[in-house]
Amino acid sequence: MTAHTKGSGGDGMKWIGRSIRRLEDPALVQGRGRFTGDLPAAHWVRFVRSPNAAGKIKGVTAPGGAKVITAADLAGVKKITPMLHKFEYRPVGQPILADGEVRFVGEAVAAVVAASEEEAEDIADLVEIDIDDADPLVDSRAAIAAGARQIHAEAPGNVILKGEVKTAGFDDVWAGAAKIVKIDARSNRQNATPMEARAAHAAYDPVTGRVTLHCTTQMPHLMRTAIADCLGMPESDLRVVAPDVGGGFGQKMSLCTEYVLVTWLARHLKSSVAWTEDRRENLIASFHSRDQYITLEAAFDKDAKLLALRADVLSNVGAYSCFPTTSGVEPLMAMAEMPGPYDVQQYQCLARGALTNTCTMAAYRGVSRPVITFTLERLMDKAAKAFAIDPIDIRRKNLITTFPYKSATGLEYDEASYRETMEMAVEAIDVPAFRVQQQAARNKGEYLGIGFATFSERTGYGSPAFAARGMAITPGWETVHVTVDPSGFVEARIGSSPHGQGLRTTLAQIIAEEIGVTPGMIKVVHGDTDTAPYGWGTFASRSLVISGGATLIASRKIKAKLLKIAGHMLEAAETDIVLEDGKAKVAGTDREVTIAAMAREAYTQTHRFKGEIEPGLTESGTYDPPGTFSNACHVAIVRLDAETGHVKVERYLVAEDAGRIINPMIADGQVHGGVVQGIGNALLEEIVYDESGAILTANLADYMPPTAHEVPPIELHHMETPSTQSVTKAKGLGEGGTIGPPAAIVNAINDALTPFGVEIDTIPATPQRIRALLRNATNSALSRESGNPGGPT
Amino acid sequence: MTDKQNITLTINGKDHAITVEPRRTLADAIREDCGQTGTHIGCEHGVCGACTVIVDGAPVRSCLMFAAQAEGKNIRTVEGLASGDTLHPMQQAFMDNHGLQCGFCTPGFLMLAVGVLEREPDISDEALIDVLSSNLCRCTGYQNIIKSVRAAAAEMRK
Repeated sequence: MTAHTKGSGGDGMKWIGRSIRRLEDPALVQGRGRFTGDLPAAHWVRFVRSPNAAGKIKGVTAPGGAKVITAADLAGVKKITPMLHKFEYRPVGQPILADGEVRFVGEAVAAVVAASEEEAEDIADLVEIDIDDADPLVDSRAAIAAGARQIHAEAPGNVILKGEVKTAGFDDVWAGAAKIVKIDARSNRQNATPMEARAAHAAYDPVTGRVTLHCTTQMPHLMRTAIADCLGMPESDLRVVAPDVGGGFGQKMSLCTEYVLVTWLARHLKSSVAWTEDRRENLIASFHSRDQYITLEAAFDKDAKLLALRADVLSNVGAYSCFPTTSGVEPLMAMAEMPGPYDVQQYQCLARGALTNTCTMAAYRGVSRPVITFTLERLMDKAAKAFAIDPIDIRRKNLITTFPYKSATGLEYDEASYRETMEMAVEAIDVPAFRVQQQAARNKGEYLGIGFATFSERTGYGSPAFAARGMAITPGWETVHVTVDPSGFVEARIGSSPHGQGLRTTLAQIIAEEIGVTPGMIKVVHGDTDTAPYGWGTFASRSLVISGGATLIASRKIKAKLLKIAGHMLEAAETDIVLEDGKAKVAGTDREVTIAAMAREAYTQTHRFKGEIEPGLTESGTYDPPGTFSNACHVAIVRLDAETGHVKVERYLVAEDAGRIINPMIADGQVHGGVVQGIGNALLEEIVYDESGAILTANLADYMPPTAHEVPPIELHHMETPSTQSVTKAKGLGEGGTIGPPAAIVNAINDALTPFGVEIDTIPATPQRIRALLRNATNSALSRESGNPGGPT
Repeated sequence: MTDKQNITLTINGKDHAITVEPRRTLADAIREDCGQTGTHIGCEHGVCGACTVIVDGAPVRSCLMFAAQAEGKNIRTVEGLASGDTLHPMQQAFMDNHGLQCGFCTPGFLMLAVGVLEREPDISDEALIDVLSSNLCRCTGYQNIIKSVRAAAAEMRK
């Protein structure tokens, strides 16, 4: 068994495990970042969006002389039609502009082109869309009800996909259970809300006929492939650049119709064309997430040992399917990963995606795991209550402790520290002291609660994991080219496309460690399909594991070659040479040569190698790993105001294990940011549709990401279980922070609500929802004993 | 729309003579007419604060001010924070304390924090969090932004 190391930091390494400052930052703090919206253009686009959720388009009327593009102008442009080859998936196509019919409020119906953004907006205001209204289907349960109007001809019953699993022997185990515990969980809809909304800028080059598309994407190469497909153009005629990208969180990994249209327009007008999304458009028409109903039941034996899980997942996927992941991204991940960190070998699941007249659902940091962790961890707390045992004890009985572990859905869990991180958190938070404080508070009519969430997070998974989902595109591997140039400086070209994760710094640390130069001598180049090798971008907690692995593989080859060159130049055996401080040194002597001198030799004096060493100093690494599981235990302490329903998170603690940490400062930053998005998920953020399919939360005053006010100090504790499924021994950690908070915080809220005898199983747990519960509280025992604990009703 | 007007904006000590519609926001004028793209636009309705600049010593959301209203005033943007190659203590503190990730909200936070600390160098921790809660960041979780601003405050008091 691998040892779990407390704390973090490389084992005697020079660069790995150090919190060096980020190489990205000097430009960004001086306002020298280059974002898509900074580029000037000859033409600007404003989309005219559907005000109706459903209906046939009868006509589009534009003011005279205006340049307005509609579907009729786009003959020959293919629809976006993502594909899954499993799970009864029904491929539905999304036209680049609505074609004859609209399916959600915000769907682009026409594009106005003008010389400035303002002029395009003014004209767009005058464009009239005449729509013959149909009754909208907003809720997923309504959409799959018998007799519901069909949204796409290709998807009968509005079910776009249906996954089912049932392990052999399930029924017998279920029948023999001592206790069944059930939860009906509801996760409402969210928007990832990157601070930079979407933007695209396409410029046609009349000399070459090529188009350069700058856009806010997490996947530049796949955008090139997909847009070239839609437009029927040679892929080599399209260059896609993701310059500085102002956050993505999954929202920017899907192909959007707007980018296809802007590229088409640049070719059509033979000019430059730009579109900058406004915040309202981002909230109503980019991509949404997390809209799920999950019913989860658990069968336990008499000792509270989990025997079996049965789940029904219904995911509202919106009006279309997102590319490349398809609308399977949420329901299928829920199905595959529902059992989480617990030892349970019997499992049954039905997972469906329902098409509705709402904005398309796509990936958002954590994807389904914030929802399934919320559901499962709420269920474990309910089970603890049913068995009258401590919530920690029921987890102690059921967490996986033996590795590798094969899950009921066939996932192989590598070595992790589910139990150890929980114990670390339990010790750090001091539960007994909290219980004393909680009781003292209750005596004064104040309500505190504590909640735990333990979870596993599958990270850094390669192509086989995507193939298992039946995806037509399996965005798994990554390639990195590392070059030492003739001046001795290093450049790494990567297919990943970081946008805030600090990958330029962490990959430089990996290279520096391997070849003995400083990170400051290393430039990591990404985000431009003309210069970076084909790759899949940055998403799914993958880049440090997969691109980092490819970087290490390439760096090892560079190191091997440098040792050979040094052997020639120093007339020494390669095994006697070490690379450090920018030099190759013969151990135990004063003979040395700089990397710059070796690099120069590798390009300009190759005759000296007598054919034994290839000229140049570039090596490639490609990595396609199976996946490695990070884990964490999150603990929240909340204060609930029974009079207003307001919840304040007073303490938040994370004990996490993401294997070897390359840069602790950056790792902590990822956890902080994730946790705060998770706090928003738990308490604040909700996209609300009314019955007509209109969005009531179309600005940042109504859709509320957390501010510095809502955030307690986040206490981090680390454990390192080096991964055996990752060449760098690192596991992914980009999403982990977001996964725990809904579960930990809502468990804490329910702990605080104990005296009232009510429970909340809906996120976000808003003051309105909590007050509604308190008003309807049937358990009045406490109010009889100690006055009215709920205050005014 | 109404006829364009000639105005002069003074940004980081330099005059920019521009011709804009009366409805032109200060944010758009700074970025598009004066070419200073370090100031970012995140919501255009005054909530996120990405467009914060300092106007006559006070942090202002430049998406809520018309360019014409800023004529004759001293406008400072992120491009004017450093003196040559020497970063402002706030910029240095954000780098030292990992106060930024994607960097999109960063110019707004820098100008907000500098503007406030110049007026209230001894601001309490509680009041500082109040101030910082007026801007949104989606990457950092604020913890390291707060840490950065406290570190810079100490440095600026020296």
